[in-house]
Amino acid sequence: MIDHRRPAIVLTGGLLAVGALVTSFPFLWMITSSLKPATEAVSVPPRLWPSEPTFAAYVRLFTELDFSRYLVNTVVVTLIGGVGLFFMAMAGYGFAKYRFRGRGVLFLLVLMTLMIPVQVTMIPTYLILNELHLTDTLVGIAAPTLVSAFGIFLFRQFMATIPDELLEAARLDGAGEMRIFLRIVLPLSRPIIAVQAVLTFIAGWNSFLWPLIIATDQDKYTLSVGLSLLNQQVTVNPTLQMAGASLMVVPIIVVFVIFQRHIVQGFTMSGLK
Amino acid sequence: MTTPGGAAPAAVGGTAVVPGPTHRPRRRLGGWRAVLAPYGFVAPALVLLAMFGLLPILVAAGVSLTDLDIKGLGQPETIEFIGLGNYERLFSDPDFWRALGTTAYFVVIGVPTIIAVSLAIAVALNVSRSRFFRALRAFYFLPAITAIVAISLIWGYLYNSQFGLLNQLLGTLGLGPVGWLSDPGTARLSVALVAVWRATGLNTIIFLAALQSVPREYLEAAALDGASRWTTFWRVTFPLLRFALFFVTVTTLIGWLQFFDEPYVLTQGGPVGATTSISLFIFKNGFSLNQFGYASAGSIVLFVIIAAVTALQLRMRRSDDD
Repeated sequence: MIDHRRPAIVLTGGLLAVGALVTSFPFLWMITSSLKPATEAVSVPPRLWPSEPTFAAYVRLFTELDFSRYLVNTVVVTLIGGVGLFFMAMAGYGFAKYRFRGRGVLFLLVLMTLMIPVQVTMIPTYLILNELHLTDTLVGIAAPTLVSAFGIFLFRQFMATIPDELLEAARLDGAGEMRIFLRIVLPLSRPIIAVQAVLTFIAGWNSFLWPLIIATDQDKYTLSVGLSLLNQQVTVNPTLQMAGASLMVVPIIVVFVIFQRHIVQGFTMSGLK
Repeated sequence: MTTPGGAAPAAVGGTAVVPGPTHRPRRRLGGWRAVLAPYGFVAPALVLLAMFGLLPILVAAGVSLTDLDIKGLGQPETIEFIGLGNYERLFSDPDFWRALGTTAYFVVIGVPTIIAVSLAIAVALNVSRSRFFRALRAFYFLPAITAIVAISLIWGYLYNSQFGLLNQLLGTLGLGPVGWLSDPGTARLSVALVAVWRATGLNTIIFLAALQSVPREYLEAAALDGASRWTTFWRVTFPLLRFALFFVTVTTLIGWLQFFDEPYVLTQGGPVGATTSISLFIFKNGFSLNQFGYASAGSIVLFVIIAAVTALQLRMRRSDDD
């Protein structure tokens, strides 16, 4: 690098670092506030670090409020998403490696669903789930987002690169179609499965609209719905709110730190919000 | 598999561009089972997609022509077909026009802001490829993957008029408190700010990927010709960002047209309806007032708007390419 650019790089780096701090400050504020005694969270002047860190707010979430139930529900909804992941991989394989009647039309239908905004589908989906008696169930909460067109598309793109010779050889050896998929295709698709699994986890963990619409019984609330209730209470308790928010955000930060490369890659590919 | 670098954005919008897998005629081993196998593989996902992706559009269109409400759910025989009645009511509903205007306001403010901010950050991040610069990316990206409910609680706390951090900081500067979420005009901006904060990271990454795919030789050639860095950016780099710019514009625009999460959790559409977007209007009519028919009509109108805007942009891009 040419020497006279050095000051510009340092200056840019400095500005970016300040920007990064400002951008992530709300998360820092969330975590430190969740550890404050209740009175300190509303004290004037505000202080960044708690004088005596306490987990009291977290304890309240799990004892006085029903957050253990919400946490279990969220985990279950996220796990059900794994079934969707398997279905998407199957469909991606079907479209990538077989020629069959109607393939073009069916794939076009898959891509068409990308253009339909959730606001259009939310009322009919509720009505459909109501007909199926799936409202107020965890399966019902997970169902609308179980498979996504982007997921199928990305699996198809990846699996198309698997050599046909490999599959033919297995067929000659007498392997069934499902066995080929499970034993050869899935292991070779590990990179795309990793990306999709992380994205599925994040989407399931964070999902808000469907649990809000589908779950009417407190027993079926997820963390996100439980958390939104904390916002609507008459007396606002910031420590409790920040503890709840941390409960949702910290696992995602951990996952992000571990799988950063997969996540960024997946999001850039899919353009998901 | 595309790499996380330069090729990524091409894959994003590349639905039509990416060549399909090549197929060679395959011997039919295993007879009818091999013929049926592909249908077996695609069926589970397609059934779910059809049920929750395609069928709803038809249901919404159908329901929008009826007076379906909570009573109709229990007693389907009471549902009445009312033709275009819902649409007539919609177009004479001042609340609907207001929500439409609010959405337009968010689009006009939000789209240029997000593009300008994320492009600026991407250009800055592209200055160096050192470890430090790469580590900084993560901080900008984090808001994009955290739950909206949690984000809204955090910002609601920061915005709180009595003990929120922002007003306390203003206080120490000797300035009066601001009604971040209680003053109608300010509330719109406050809600939009959170959305901008959340959307910037992802778009920054997309721009960064595009910037890094600009061939080095172009920049070196421009430098040899004595072009300033400013000129080089606008004359060489910027034109090469056209695809990324187009992609970000379309997705950001659609995002703002569907704007829902932030106003729902931060303000519930208030104060006095100032932040009620069209999506929130549909949600309220559907699930608070249980007017499923009326809300469905609203959702069909939103769908038409989004489809029209997207089609218009695709056209503009095509004429741009000619």
